[in-house]
Amino acid sequence: MRRVLHYVVAALLVLGMAVLVAACGDDDDGDSSSKNKDNVNLTQGRDLTIAVITHGEGDTFWAVAKKGAEQGGKDMGVEVKYSESANDPQKHAQLIDSAVTEKVDGIATSVPNADALRDPLKKAVDAGIPIVTLNSGQNDSAALGAITHVGQDESVAGEAAGKRLAESAGGGKLVCVVHEQGNTGLEERCAGAKKGFGGEVENVQVKGVNDIATSTTELQSKLQSDKDVSAVLTLNPDIAVAARDAVQGGSSDAKLATFDLSGDVVKAVKAGEIEFAVDQQQYLQGYLPVVFLTLYDENNNTVGGGQPVLTGPGFVDKSNAAQVEKLAEEGTR
Amino acid sequence: MSDQATALKPPTPPPTSVVDERLADVSLLTKLLRRPELGALMAAAVIGIFFAVTTDDFGTLDGAANWTDVASTLGIPAVAVALLMIGGEFDLSAGVMTGTSGLFMGVMATEVGMNMWLAIVLTLIAAGAVGFINGYMVVRTKLPSFIVTLATFFVLQGVNLGVTKAITGSVRVAGLSDVSGYDSAFKIFGGSFSTYDYRVSVLWWAAITILATWILARTRVGNWIFGVGGDAVAARNVGVPVPRVKIGLFMGTAMAAALVGIMIALRLSSVQASQGVGDEFNYIIAAVVGGCLLTGGFGSAIGASVGALIIGMAFIGIQFSGWNTDWRFLFLGVILLLAVLVNNFVRRSAEGARK
Repeated sequence: MRRVLHYVVAALLVLGMAVLVAACGDDDDGDSSSKNKDNVNLTQGRDLTIAVITHGEGDTFWAVAKKGAEQGGKDMGVEVKYSESANDPQKHAQLIDSAVTEKVDGIATSVPNADALRDPLKKAVDAGIPIVTLNSGQNDSAALGAITHVGQDESVAGEAAGKRLAESAGGGKLVCVVHEQGNTGLEERCAGAKKGFGGEVENVQVKGVNDIATSTTELQSKLQSDKDVSAVLTLNPDIAVAARDAVQGGSSDAKLATFDLSGDVVKAVKAGEIEFAVDQQQYLQGYLPVVFLTLYDENNNTVGGGQPVLTGPGFVDKSNAAQVEKLAEEGTR
Repeated sequence: MSDQATALKPPTPPPTSVVDERLADVSLLTKLLRRPELGALMAAAVIGIFFAVTTDDFGTLDGAANWTDVASTLGIPAVAVALLMIGGEFDLSAGVMTGTSGLFMGVMATEVGMNMWLAIVLTLIAAGAVGFINGYMVVRTKLPSFIVTLATFFVLQGVNLGVTKAITGSVRVAGLSDVSGYDSAFKIFGGSFSTYDYRVSVLWWAAITILATWILARTRVGNWIFGVGGDAVAARNVGVPVPRVKIGLFMGTAMAAALVGIMIALRLSSVQASQGVGDEFNYIIAAVVGGCLLTGGFGSAIGASVGALIIGMAFIGIQFSGWNTDWRFLFLGVILLLAVLVNNFVRRSAEGARK
């Protein structure tokens, strides 16, 4: 009996120590701002915490926005807590609730699903926490109580992309590749592309960014079975690379364009495999909300005058790909 | 003469307290250590204390509202899945079932125009039907439930996306808040209470755990479940209706998943077609962390609830600690592994020298 008790106590100690070591060990690695404190003279160490919550799932696109948010924190001298909900609206709501519990000084969030986030954001507003929406939810931003929206007008961008693709493909059928479920922003892009393209447009759902292999196969089978497809528009840089592989693998002559950049996408644009990429500068979508919220907390400044702060669309094609390439590879574009 | 008298003498009455010397004297501590949920409780205590000490908000009532929120929507199906695992079967379709039932209720309410309460009742009935199909297939074909429910998982995933798109044209069912009966249904299923905003699902979770524990510990059906999971053939030989028990358990998991799907749909006033995919493993993990054996016949509902609590505490604790979220899943995996190891270790050492 004594032996069992000893083992139990030992197990508890080991468990406790292991968790402690895991925590302390990673605190140093994760707290990147402490590394820079030695090198950079921070202007003022503001005692503010900004929660940045997006619906990303660790993919290339959101990694750039995360870098932007973290850099914004470093430059403004505030603590940035970045978290992702992996496109699960309930988790997104729970993350906003946690931020409200922690009494952060500002919440920057994407709004892929306004219905799901209405209640948690209302709680944040009632608690006096300023909100900036980013990336998606431009039309719902004001109604949700945000002080401004930082992003790209998806319908406008979609229309521009559709028009450009119609010119390069010269008619035919456009396939709009939707990689996320339930994101109104993506649906707006495809709807805009439909208006701009003018011809037949079909929305095709693929598995998503966490299963690129399956997405590639899905696209390839679509291209091989449907010979009318003359253009493919993807809405994510990882999916764009998958589409490039699908087009080459299926020996299709469809023109390919995408939304959003990555190092691979820029390389493909330079090589002519992708016609153009619509850049919404998601780095700014991470960086600017942190700046805006800090300014609001300190100086009651609001930006935009009731209008969203637009970060796109910008077009990256063969003519300017070289300039963007290095930055895209570093993960800041 | 005297011998007869001795033989006819009445026997001496037995002493008032008889201790059968064949029974070993097991201390209360050992009895406690042998409970399946003890390891999980210790792990939960360590994790809870750790996060309460290292963060500002975890140990507050406000913070507790956050991690009980996450734990409750995991815990309700986890308890049902634990009962099923004690009965010796798996249900991989429980996660997708939350999405299917949410979408079913949403479509009934918004497209068909039903009252919310009627839609809820129909959803639970439909979920029971799906659970019945699962159980019937497992019992009839005698295939491993892993395979049968995996097939159901894929079917439901396809139905979720295809039917939603066909009916609403998008991958989401929205506008639930405009349906009649929404406000009252929201208060019962999806709302919150108290100034700290505890979710109603926490109360449901507690109630279902108590119900499941009572079933397992105090009713004949509970005995049947343990029997079926321990050895189905032996159980059948002593008269346990094995097919009925299994089908009933599958219906239980489907309906528990449907309840959670209804709660989430009402809380968010919308349902996404991808809801719930991948959650089935969280339910199984919660049950295993809580002491259920993968081979069946052993486990507890309280253990599964504690397992769900551990997952909820880990998720929110990591959030409050501000650790780099890139490593979030690593931490979650480490915490869960440690919880299972502690649980295993304690149980084995407590049972090892069974005095």
